[in-house]
Amino acid sequence: MNEIKYAAKISFPILCAYVFLGIAYGVMMTSAGYSPLWSILSSIVIYAGSGQILMVSLLKAGTPLLSVAVMTFFINARHLFYGLGMIERYRTMGWRYPYMVFSMTDETYSILCSVEHPAGINRVRADFLIALFDHSYWILGSAIGSIAGTLFAENLSGIEFSATAFFLVVVVDQWRKFPSRIPVMTGILSAVVFYFLLGPDQMLIPALSASLVVLVILRDRVQYQLKKRQDEIYRTHREVSHE
Amino acid sequence: MNNLFLMTAAAGAQQGGSVLAVILVCAVVTFLTRAIPFLIFGNRELPGVVQYLGDALPPAIMVILVLYFLKDTQFTVAPYGVKEVLACIFVILIHARKKNMYLSVISGTLLYMLLLHI
Repeated sequence: MNEIKYAAKISFPILCAYVFLGIAYGVMMTSAGYSPLWSILSSIVIYAGSGQILMVSLLKAGTPLLSVAVMTFFINARHLFYGLGMIERYRTMGWRYPYMVFSMTDETYSILCSVEHPAGINRVRADFLIALFDHSYWILGSAIGSIAGTLFAENLSGIEFSATAFFLVVVVDQWRKFPSRIPVMTGILSAVVFYFLLGPDQMLIPALSASLVVLVILRDRVQYQLKKRQDEIYRTHREVSHE
Repeated sequence: MNNLFLMTAAAGAQQGGSVLAVILVCAVVTFLTRAIPFLIFGNRELPGVVQYLGDALPPAIMVILVLYFLKDTQFTVAPYGVKEVLACIFVILIHARKKNMYLSVISGTLLYMLLLHI
């Protein structure tokens, strides 16, 4: 019970973002002529915002399955980078492990990366419930949007900004907490460079790959900063307990 | 409304099988993009560099995602993305001061919606 309440509270910003992005997706599907059942089914089994929005145009264009597979792979390729940070955390989660991998969206990944569960909260249950709640928000939004979305979609334009706002909040939190400035600066620089080199639609994967390479090159320096912070925390703890 | 229903029914009857095929292909490929790192490293001791990347990559990924979400903003034609930039600055400032995720996300989104309707 404890974890259910906690997961609902932690995932609340995602509730706003997913219900409304889901509505946007459902409206697109319905106005392209597809039954709400397809919208709901796809949100259950695919569960990827930008991937599903791409799928609507692929469906409409009657794209061959192989091209569908290739384009879906490239639009979702950023997920390849997320798994690297989650392997140790997820593989100890037993029967929940496959679902955690399946449900690793941008938003769920960044919540789990940035949140520190308080004492008394079971980590495995909380992680799982947050992932499950996020997924249900997405399904709920798609259902509302595909069945009734055309009735009120116009009044809600701009609500999709809640996803951007959420990521900004995560960045501000990490800026404050993370012991090294190098990762954030690397991210900003590579995003800006590839935005101008390749244009807004092609920047994502090159920027992520460039950051990975730069961070591997600067590994010693970043690890030194991470370790220095750990030692500081250890020292303050000892001083506090000595008093 | 009737027309919409007929259109939906027609599309459903005509391409039901191929719609399902496209959805399933998307589902499998999407899952694959999430599963590949786990398939490669899932059962072994993690190499040091992967452990390190697990720590150091997330801050870079997050900030790239923010910029990616703003990518469709048109900075070169009026109003030069002023609404997006204003809303982002607002979110950063209010979060730096109040440190409350819900307050920052909700008030930032409301501000952006308000700016769009002006």
